[in-house]
Amino acid sequence: MTTISASVKKIYEWLEDVKDPEIPVLSLVDLGVISNVEIDGDKVSIELTPTFAGCPAMEYMKNEVIEKLKSKGIPKVEATISFRVPWSSEFISEKGKKALKQYGFAPPPSNKLFTELEILENAICPRCDGTNTEMKSPFGPTLCRSLYYCHDCKEAFEQFKPL
Amino acid sequence: MEKLPLKELLYKMADDQLIIGHRNSEWTGFGPLLEEDIAFSSMAQDKIGHSLALYTILHELGESDPDTVAFTRNANQFHNSIFTELPNQEYDFSLVRHFLYDTAEALRFELLTNSTCEPLAQVAHKVRGELRYHTLHAKTWMKQLGSATEESVSRLQKSLEQAMPYALGMFEESPYENEIIEAGIFEGEQKLKELWMAKVEETISQTSLHLPDWKIVQPITGGRIGKHTEHLQPLLDEMSEVFRIDPGAEW
Repeated sequence: MTTISASVKKIYEWLEDVKDPEIPVLSLVDLGVISNVEIDGDKVSIELTPTFAGCPAMEYMKNEVIEKLKSKGIPKVEATISFRVPWSSEFISEKGKKALKQYGFAPPPSNKLFTELEILENAICPRCDGTNTEMKSPFGPTLCRSLYYCHDCKEAFEQFKPL
Repeated sequence: MEKLPLKELLYKMADDQLIIGHRNSEWTGFGPLLEEDIAFSSMAQDKIGHSLALYTILHELGESDPDTVAFTRNANQFHNSIFTELPNQEYDFSLVRHFLYDTAEALRFELLTNSTCEPLAQVAHKVRGELRYHTLHAKTWMKQLGSATEESVSRLQKSLEQAMPYALGMFEESPYENEIIEAGIFEGEQKLKELWMAKVEETISQTSLHLPDWKIVQPITGGRIGKHTEHLQPLLDEMSEVFRIDPGAEW
């Protein structure tokens, strides 16, 4: 039996190359959807946790993970989608939050603040850092984003939803 | 414990999410304003995602795969409450249903976070966070339009009265109610209904609307045992049209 020389750390490094198809600057690791990595003999098992249960990109992400690890020479890769660790926007790394902002999305505020919709009324504009902003809709072009307007720079923007 | 009571609970919840999800999706392209169009479309996607998660648990318990279960059953094999299958009608009715249904749905998943059925508790934890957006959306509009103009108030009041017997039908008890409660799977429809009434009263009391007297409203039931209105089969026919033409289609 062959065993894999790669470590769990190495596998996370490789998965840095797999990006969220809807936000191509954000890796699955920084998005926090990789909830477990296990090496057993010549097999690597990856567990993914969905951002939103209805996220249509999950199957795509799962296949990308398998492709990536196979391209690195892992003979057997198993990827599963599980709710075992419910995803939270708190799982997005600091690096991920920076990437979101550079891409034009306001990173999610702490989900602990989020008890009433009023809390979400204002977000910090990712372009001009203005705070004179207004939520137009808690629902946006994808399940994980909300719509805002910035009265300072007069541009619309999106915020990644706290969850 | 027998799997049947658990399956019955999962089926009715999954079917509720699928059917209300489909009704929500019928607002795509027709919303009274763009943001509402997007809101109902997003909630549709969430709810259909929840139904997928629940059908997946059923599949692990030995039922057919989620697509087969969703797309090949006839109306009399569905366990959704009649409330979810009623046509959207005008926006006022859709909003009232969204408020009454989602309030119950959010409370149901909240209770299920303590379920002894581990996979169901995991899904409930996940879904609970997502539903906060749905209930906040419903409450925001009920409060705004429920005390805005004479027309908005009278429209919502009329819809509220029309909806209430169907809304109470959501809590139709299962033949396995006691077993489900004793096994710690779910605290039961009666408990859910009490929590729901309190939540509904809390929001409605902040508007110019008034609730009908709970005691005299006769619940319209039957959905849980496959007795549906004439509205369900056409919905299923439309939803499954592509699947029936080409069951192997990928998109």
